[in-house]
Parts: sequence; C-alpha cells; structure tokens
Amino acid sequence: MREKYEPVIGLEIHAQLKTESKIFCGCSTRFGDTPNGNTCPVCLGLPGALPVLNREVLRKATRAALALHLHINHESIFSRKNYFYPDLPKGYQISQYDRPFSEHGWVEIPTSERNATGQAIEWRMKRFGITRLHLEEDAGKSLHEGMAESATKSYVDLNRSGTPLAEIVSEPDFRSSWEAYDYVQFLRRTLLYVEVCDGNLEEGNFRCDANVSVRLKGAEKFGTRTELKNLNSFRFLQKAIEYEIDRQIEVLEAGGRITQETRLWNEREAKTVLMRSKEDAHDYRYFPEPDLPPLLISEAFIQAQREVMPELPEARRRRFVAEYGLSFDDAAQLTDSKGLADYFEAVVKASGNAKAAANWMLNELVRELNHSGKSINDSPVTAEALAAMIEMIDNQTISGKMGKDVLIEMYQSGKAAKEVVEALGGAQISDVEQIRAMVEQVVAGNAKQVEAYRGGKTTLFGFFVGQTLKASGGKANPQIVNQVLKEMLDS
Amino acid sequence: MPITKDDVLKIAELARLELTPEESESFTVQLDAILGYIDKLDELDTREVAPMSHSTTASGDTEYSRRDDVARPSLGQQSAVANAPDSEAGYFKVPKVIGN
Ligand SMILES: [Zn+2]
Repeated sequence: MREKYEPVIGLEIHAQLKTESKIFCGCSTRFGDTPNGNTCPVCLGLPGALPVLNREVLRKATRAALALHLHINHESIFSRKNYFYPDLPKGYQISQYDRPFSEHGWVEIPTSERNATGQAIEWRMKRFGITRLHLEEDAGKSLHEGMAESATKSYVDLNRSGTPLAEIVSEPDFRSSWEAYDYVQFLRRTLLYVEVCDGNLEEGNFRCDANVSVRLKGAEKFGTRTELKNLNSFRFLQKAIEYEIDRQIEVLEAGGRITQETRLWNEREAKTVLMRSKEDAHDYRYFPEPDLPPLLISEAFIQAQREVMPELPEARRRRFVAEYGLSFDDAAQLTDSKGLADYFEAVVKASGNAKAAANWMLNELVRELNHSGKSINDSPVTAEALAAMIEMIDNQTISGKMGKDVLIEMYQSGKAAKEVVEALGGAQISDVEQIRAMVEQVVAGNAKQVEAYRGGKTTLFGFFVGQTLKASGGKANPQIVNQVLKEMLDS
Repeated sequence: MPITKDDVLKIAELARLELTPEESESFTVQLDAILGYIDKLDELDTREVAPMSHSTTASGDTEYSRRDDVARPSLGQQSAVANAPDSEAGYFKVPKVIGN
C-alpha cells in the first residue's frame, strides 16, 4: 500500500548563531545561567527600549549562507511577527519575512535508505533546495513542570529571549525520512565546520521542525501537510516522519482526509499527537520593524567572510577519497567533524601513511575517545604522537599487533610511542643477525623435526616459526623469522 | 474594500481585546474611515517611486546602527522580576500555559 504513495517533506531548522551577546542587546547568551539573570530592558521588552544589531551575527549568518549556496541580499529588512505567548515579552518576535537575509540556496549530499538494523543500503548524491536563511531573535523559555505551583502556573525564564537565530527553510524536496535525516545531520555538520553554531540539540541551539504530506505517486499536487514539532534528536525526527507518513496513508486509505495541523512527537508512546489544528492557527500580521533600519550587506563584507571559509565537509570528503584513496565510509567518518578531519590530515602529513592513519584513528583512537567521552580536540594522543607510532610500525620497530597495546598505553599515560615501547619491554627485533642466532638454536634443538621437514613434511614450517618467536619472547619480526628460516631449512 | 464587523472582531481577538457590541459597531465605522484616508493615496501615480519600508533609511551606510559582539552586564535576576505581578525563585510566574 505504501508503494502507491510518495511522501513530500520540507524542513525548518533553527540554529543558534554562536555569539557572546544577544542579537539586539548586550546581554550574555551563556546557557544555564541563573534564570532571568541575563536580561535587560531590550530583551525584557520594556517600553522605550531600542534594539541595536550585533554585527557578529551578520558575519556568522554570512558564513552559514555561503556554505549553503544561498544568495545574500544586499538589502533585507526585519519584520515584526505578532503573537501572544508569555515567553515573548514584546508580544512580537523580530524576524524577517518578505525580504530575508538570503535566498535560493542548495546542498548536494550523500543520502541512503537504511535496512532494518539501521545500516545504509546504498549511498547516492542528491540535491536539496534551500528556500531561505533569515535572521530572528529567539523567545524565552517556559517551564511547565517541577516548580511549587506548576499545577496552576507556568514559569518563565527570559535568558534565551533575544538570542540570535538563523532559520533555515528547505524546499519540499525530501522523499523519505532518511533523506530528511541525512540532510539535517549534514546541515548541523556544515554549521559546525563554518563555526557559526554549536549544534547542541540538548541545549536547544539546533532545532528542527518538519512539514510532511503524502500524495499518490505521479500526482502533481501536494497533499495536505502536517507540521511536526518537538523533534529534539535526529532519530526522533526520522521516526516521527516515518510514523506520520504511515498515519497519513492510513487515513487516506480509509477514505478520510488529512487536516492541516501541528503535531508533536511523543517518544514514549512512539507516535505523533495533535497539538493544534488549523482553526486556531496563528495570524502573525507581519509588518516592517520600525525600530531597525534596512539591513545592508556590502559585497566587501561578504567577500571578507568568503575568505575565511574553511573547506566544507562534502568537498573534503570527496578530496579524502581522491587524494588519499580512502573508502566512502572512512572518508565520511573522518570528515564528520572538522576536528577529526584536521587531525587526520596532520597524522598523514607527519607519517606519510594515509591508510594507516585512517585505520588507527577509526579502529582504535575513536573507540578510546568514545569510551572516555572525549572529543578529538581533547585527545591525549596528539596527531604527531600517533604519526610517530605509525612510523615505528612502518619501519618495523614494532609489529602492528603490538601497536594496539602501545596506542592504548599512549592514550592512558599521554606518553610518546618510543617511551611506551621501551616500557613495554623493548622494540620488535628486526636485526637479521640476532634472529639468525635464534633460528640456529631452534634448528639445533629440534633435529628430528628438521629431518622430517626436509623429508617433505613442510607443514612443520609453522612449528619452527612458533618456536623462534617463543624464543624471542614474541619480539622477533615474524617476516624476518620466516625469511631466515626458509634460508636455513631449504638450503 | 470596506471594513466589516467580522474584521473588527477578528482584530480584537488577535489583540486580546474584549469589545462590547456598541464598541464593535463604532470601531467598524471608525476603522473604515481611517482606511478611507489611506485609499486616497491610491490616487497617486507611484509607478516611478521605489517602495520604502522605513522612514529611517541607512542611505547606503552598511555600518549604520550596529554594535560589537561584547557581553555587557545585565539587569540581574532581582531587578528583572522586581516589577512582575508574580514571581518565584527568579522566574516570572504566569497563568498556566500548555504547548505553544
Ligand atoms: Zn538584554
């Protein structure tokens, strides 16, 4: 039944722009401070207070817009969006409406459906349109639970009131919940790369709403859409969209109609529930904000930001595949954050071995980091230290197997590879003469086996290797042991 | 297009204003008259005039009325809630609201 229908999804993201002070006043944007401690007449909406725009907001918004291929308008205007809610002290939100900061953008990203265990089935590139990125102020926060009189009262904290936001609205270009999932992840990663947003979902500085509708395959007209809110993790977003697609198809198949409404994701019950219907939808009565002049952005201003743009995640992923011969998965994982990608390239530069750098990072280091809840930027093993260890393997000072123990010890002690190797009982023995002496002893002490081997029982070769390694305390380089044994036994 | 009583009732609701039947009648007439003045502007030929959203324009000055991103001392919790009709533990306290 599902095959008859095509989902149509659009996404709205609110990203908090990372600044010291709020968008229109000098109050701190710090999270978790004492309630209402970071407020002033402007963000409390007291009469007569006037907003003054924070120029850092414009730098950050410009970088975000450039990363999403948006056209930045040289002139845009702020508008008042009027509605009543206790956490909106002025009775309107300063936002942008008919002339937004930037428009007509796009991203082209890898996306894939997932199988039942959540594994990607097949990555392909797809382009998604971005309608606009505009600027606005955030509202405060209402507490509905946990206070003395929560049964009859709501509690309002206006510290977040006036925090700068970029609202990023997509075209309705998504055809599955996983496309939406991949896009939102990508967007967050991009904003982190260009250092405009912390992307922290728990602290609410990266929030997402989804518009979902379904239509019969081949139909031109969109179906009636519902808006999904309260999607405070990427998985919730994906699950809520999936649930909503099924729900809408079920309603239509039963001969019903979809009503335009806002629905909330309820994680405990794993379903979307009605929040408000269109009947009480808002009428925002936007009009130009008279307290702020038109927002003028010069080409020179845009150019200055263009010059400090880092390489973006998708471009970097492609380059990692082309330049270092990495697999799609490895390159995607290593470009997941700018810190990880920078670290990788530092290891490659110092060690000259990209394959090994990728393997050691993804198989060992990332696991240790996850284990101790650290990010790559706080790794106790620096890129140079990891490179030094890789070099010890490459020049056969230690074996790859020994490398694992060495790296864990480096991670725990913060010591250099060389120090750790010495402490662990010395380096691998690669000296041919030294190994030859050991092999001679083994050959001399196992005359019967040597005879059998020379008589044709070649499977005994492994026995000699084992004996030699044992004699060396596991430190002999197995390749050289093989080589010397062959010489002595087969001669 | 004349203002109807329904328009007035809708505007009143959006503005959270309670109107008596007499008030809604008289506001309908008054609002209609005010918009009548503005309709007069339609008689002007404005085809050559660029739209203006603000009476204060920045006239090409891109740095007009902007500030550096520096956090300054705020009022502080005590002063912030000092004039609130109701507060507790530094929060504004309002009648229970659910959803948004
Ligand atoms: Zn303030």
